[in-house]
Amino acid sequence: MTDSDDSSHAGRPAPRSLTELFVTFTLLALQGFGGVLAVAHRSLVEQKRWLTREEFVELLSLSQLLPGANIVNMSLIVGDRSFGWRGALAALSGMMLVPLVVMLSLVAVYNHFSDHSAVAGALRGMAAVAAGLTLGMGLKLAASLRGNPLGWVLAAALGVATFVLIAVVRAPLMWVVPGLGLIGWALARWRLARREGA
Amino acid sequence: MNALSPADLLDLFSRFLMLSLLSVGGAISTAPEMHRFLVEQHGWLDDVGFTTSIAIAQAAPGPNLLFVAVLGYQVFGLTGAAAALIGMLLPSTLVTLAISRWGHARRDTPGVRAFVHGLAPMTISLLMAAGTVVAMPLVQAPEHRIGSLALILTTVVAMLLWRVSPIWLIAAGALIGALGLV
Repeated sequence: MTDSDDSSHAGRPAPRSLTELFVTFTLLALQGFGGVLAVAHRSLVEQKRWLTREEFVELLSLSQLLPGANIVNMSLIVGDRSFGWRGALAALSGMMLVPLVVMLSLVAVYNHFSDHSAVAGALRGMAAVAAGLTLGMGLKLAASLRGNPLGWVLAAALGVATFVLIAVVRAPLMWVVPGLGLIGWALARWRLARREGA
Repeated sequence: MNALSPADLLDLFSRFLMLSLLSVGGAISTAPEMHRFLVEQHGWLDDVGFTTSIAIAQAAPGPNLLFVAVLGYQVFGLTGAAAALIGMLLPSTLVTLAISRWGHARRDTPGVRAFVHGLAPMTISLLMAAGTVVAMPLVQAPEHRIGSLALILTTVVAMLLWRVSPIWLIAAGALIGALGLV
């Protein structure tokens, strides 16, 4: 895992134009079956290198807390940081316009094929791969926790608590994210203050 | 599809404006509220229509948020799709841009740095939980358990070992599923 570990901003690739933003987000949205996040990670972190792994996690944290779809918020922020509101608009419309046309066309044809067993099987196969992609991305991003001021014990405790609350207890995201987020923030603030020797 | 009355359209638009601000954790977390509004309160859509709209949006490419446009489309056609989607996007977009700019300007302060580090474990764990929640119904069906588990594990391994584009893995999954192997 040597990809884009440096956090320096100098000489980092960045979107060159509004068109590049629009096209990049259109292409990644169109590849996102069963969720766009895994494709966004590959495109923005591993291919374009507009974001480091750490920045990707940071934008995702912020997007989770804010109202709106995570991936939509992430596209807005990436666009905004490059070209202001015009960049935000370019990234957002890239994410939405062409996929919207594709989706509404699919709605029109769906009824003709919905009872084929091969269609149900294909959807099941795609769902299994989508689950694997999300889990794989989580494992890759977990490597970015090295060097986190929380230290591995607190980081692991927060991670396990999140997983249990969401996947096992099925507690509402609306409470888990602000609640554990506040605890994580307070712990990190305390660790940072201690590390920097107050 | 229903007859379009401007008052109904305005009702739909303003309701989605409000839901946008409540959609912490993604638009899908407001789906129960949309169901209450579209199915129970107004009867613009039936249960099957509602569930199918969400299923199609999740199977199709693009952000899952687009299910909002599909709901609007089934109620009021293209105007409904536009009203629902714009309503759902506008408030959350303004809030996101304002807070992101505010935080970015203060990114070296202890408060913002603690935010970046302190939330990272939770954010990564939410991804693992999301993957697990998607995997659960597949793994719980006895006749699909082994095939699904094998496909999920293969995908994780392929992703960790090679930089293969997700689209090829999804295509392979669709093919394997269509052949009845999972």
